[in-house]
Amino acid sequence: MPKDNGIGASSKRREDVRFLTGKGKYTDDINIYGQTYAYFVRSQVAHGTIKGIDSTAAEAMPGVVKVFTGADFEGIGGIPCGWQVTDRNGEVMQEPAHPVLAQGKVRHVGDPIAVVVAESLQEARDAAEAVDVDIDELPAVVDMKAALAAGSTKVHDDLTSNLCYDWTLGGEKADVDAAFENAHHVTTLDLVNNRLVANPMEPRVAIGKYDAADEDYTLYTTSQNPHVIRLLMGAFVLGIPEHKLRVVAPDVGGGFGTKIFHYAEEAFCTFAAKAVGRPVKWTADRSEAFISDAHGRDHVTKIELALDENGMFVALRTDTMANMGAYLSTFAPSVPTWLHGTLMAGTYKTPHVSVNVRAVFTNTVPVDAYRGAGRPEATYQLERVIDKAAREIGIDPITIRRQNFIKADEFPYATPVAVEYDTGDYDATMNKLIEIADIAGFAGRKAESEAKGKRRGLGINCYIEACGIAPSNLVGQLGARAGLYESATVRVTATGSIAVMTGSHSHGQGHETTFPQVVADMLGIDESMIDIVHGDTSKVPMGMGTYGSRSLAVGGSAIVKATEKIIAKAKKIAAHLLEAGEADIELADGQFTVAGTDKSVAWGDVTLAAYVPHNYPLEDIEPGLEETAFYDPNNFTYPAGAYACEVEVDEATGKVTVERFAAADDFGNVINPMIVEGQVHGGIGQGIGQALLEHAVYDSDGQLLSGSYMDYAMPRASDVPSYVVDHSCQTPCTHNPLGVKGCGEAGAIGSPPAVVNAVVDALADLGVTHIDMPLSPNRVWSAIQAAK
Amino acid sequence: MTNVSMTVNGKAVSGEVEGRTLLSDFLRENLHLTGTHVGCDTSQCGACTVHVAGKMVKSCTMLALEADGGDVSTIEGMANEDGSLGVIQAAFQEHHGLQCGFCTPGMVMAASALLAENSSPSEAEIRHHLDGNICRCTGYHNIVKSIQAAASALS
Repeated sequence: MPKDNGIGASSKRREDVRFLTGKGKYTDDINIYGQTYAYFVRSQVAHGTIKGIDSTAAEAMPGVVKVFTGADFEGIGGIPCGWQVTDRNGEVMQEPAHPVLAQGKVRHVGDPIAVVVAESLQEARDAAEAVDVDIDELPAVVDMKAALAAGSTKVHDDLTSNLCYDWTLGGEKADVDAAFENAHHVTTLDLVNNRLVANPMEPRVAIGKYDAADEDYTLYTTSQNPHVIRLLMGAFVLGIPEHKLRVVAPDVGGGFGTKIFHYAEEAFCTFAAKAVGRPVKWTADRSEAFISDAHGRDHVTKIELALDENGMFVALRTDTMANMGAYLSTFAPSVPTWLHGTLMAGTYKTPHVSVNVRAVFTNTVPVDAYRGAGRPEATYQLERVIDKAAREIGIDPITIRRQNFIKADEFPYATPVAVEYDTGDYDATMNKLIEIADIAGFAGRKAESEAKGKRRGLGINCYIEACGIAPSNLVGQLGARAGLYESATVRVTATGSIAVMTGSHSHGQGHETTFPQVVADMLGIDESMIDIVHGDTSKVPMGMGTYGSRSLAVGGSAIVKATEKIIAKAKKIAAHLLEAGEADIELADGQFTVAGTDKSVAWGDVTLAAYVPHNYPLEDIEPGLEETAFYDPNNFTYPAGAYACEVEVDEATGKVTVERFAAADDFGNVINPMIVEGQVHGGIGQGIGQALLEHAVYDSDGQLLSGSYMDYAMPRASDVPSYVVDHSCQTPCTHNPLGVKGCGEAGAIGSPPAVVNAVVDALADLGVTHIDMPLSPNRVWSAIQAAK
Repeated sequence: MTNVSMTVNGKAVSGEVEGRTLLSDFLRENLHLTGTHVGCDTSQCGACTVHVAGKMVKSCTMLALEADGGDVSTIEGMANEDGSLGVIQAAFQEHHGLQCGFCTPGMVMAASALLAENSSPSEAEIRHHLDGNICRCTGYHNIVKSIQAAASALS
């Protein structure tokens, strides 16, 4: 029977009530007395030298408080990068300056040049039109290959070239090359992982406030990690001691990675609040988001898979160009390297794997983590080349994967690309997929489609990801300039209710519901007695935030550790109240009992004693009941699964429709099945979007052609089917206390290859072997014509 | 500035607006009804969906002055009189039809308009009706399920 409380229950989300009644408090819903409004003047060209900025006319316009330009930020720190990659020769990456407002040059369409601060948004916007910016346009570098060519225009004059780093991971080149030379068959594939815009539905917002009396600052911002913003902005940009800077990320309307990063607008509003002596608010338009939010993906890859005569993988070699855009966003360098190369073994026992990545500067918006971050790019190329190889050598796509799987009894398994999978059972998820996707019924459905004049294809995909980011000592060696632990404080009141302060941040994930389930289960009390506090650096001691499917695996583990400390102290108090030995106290269903007796005290008796210590072991322990724990994982977690997609293709028009989609995931233990399923649904929706619809397209001058919802095809309700999802295959994580692996990114990682494999399957007998995403009707139709 | 008056969620309201002030801005800035969200600037995302004279309208695409004298309903008016969730709202909670909550007010208003016209829509009709409302979190699966459940509960 399904549980109705605690771990494993599909508890309904308590946050929903405020969201469903219009009472959510998002950053743009906050207005501070006396606030002014900021409007950014942004570069309309991709590359150019600023000859002059004349703001005289703008300053004279109604309501204008002040016009800021780069000159106001001379001597102020730039936006820092949080990760330093070391290249194949042991040299550190090239790291350009990233000013808050442009200093002398603009490097992408959208690069901020000036800001008007005015009494109203309308007045700020009107005056921004009057800021006269004189720019000498320079040739734009847009294509990565051209950017790396000798003699290319440089995005940054002070760097030696447009190459950020040339990085490698995996086996010795000689071993890999030898394996290829001796292979029975080699399959090669050139592919593009299309550039995307994350597009959380809430555009970014920042409100800066300065209190002249206390000399402290507050920033309200749409962030997935307010403490990280406090550290980056305080320490590296504005020089504000962290204790003088409060960062609040209230209700946040989706993140998907793009709200991890520290942005210039946050630093601007905080800085300007002091400069004008009033709060400063900035709200992005959607069109502005397209040219100022960090983009995602944008890899160009050549992948080669070597196989023996039985279709066993003997070696894998991959070479990728990864677009960094014009500046290094907060975690950009880590995405194509440690979040990508390390997953190139997939779920397979390929003995030799070699990964090469060149990261490239171009005159485009910076590129950074987007849902999955590196792992979708790894999965896509690996699973596409496997599918192509299977077809070339005539093995069924399920069989070729299964025969190369790491088997359930082979864990822990060290891959040739630097990670050790702790646990998994890839045959189990494949078996489950075959069942829930009704693979056996595919032939019949294909015949039905053909009877309607449509082609039908089935695409299979297996993914693995590294989540629960991340062990600090490991990522420190890999270039992270931060630790990736999480903290939690469990504050128990005298009456027994509990506030849990977590450094994780919920922007749709439902932490306010899930985390109390964990604590309730441990204490044996009702979930309703527990509230989660997050998103405010003045309330939560420390936090690294939410991304990389880390909230439950790392943040939840910190909550478990803090609750364990609470239980240990509460047992001491109970032992005193019961005049028993501490070792004899058991906690179950909210009652502390002396083992083997009927002597007990309730949770509330103990919490009251902690704060009204009339009968209390004061000589042994302090009054009060509040504990903090930091949890730093000792490995990543490795969710994995098998996905199947069925498509229909209209040969005459190239239109693809997704008819069925099934996902069998292994997330380890699951706290709230309803929320887990919702996360997978959402990821699949985004993955189908990447595969069929979405594309951030630049022209050769560096203009973003798909810069609004009129041009950038967001998936709509009628673009996707209902999904069949299953998470019953569970190999619990071996190294965190909850045995959980994380589920937030899986859908977005597992679905694009499944969709593309399905379309290629539908068109294979025409001779189509590959189509680059997004599989728009034009691209599909063109591929059909080219193959004919 | 011009004075504008209308009924919002059954209450008479008025305020000073510019000719260019959008209905969404009037609701959010003048009336502090911040449940109506603005997610785009091209009338595509539907987060700002409200009802005007019972019809679904994107409030970012209507001037406040166009709604002068009109009858407007927003997400703040969708709960029952005792404050409990209305049928559609309750279905969204029950079936996990929302995650970050930003598109949700628009989704609820769109669902309400659909069910007023069609009490038992098919899955395809629901998906077609939601074409002007973008959600980035749910993949739409549970939104469709929520609206189907609301349709059953209302019939």
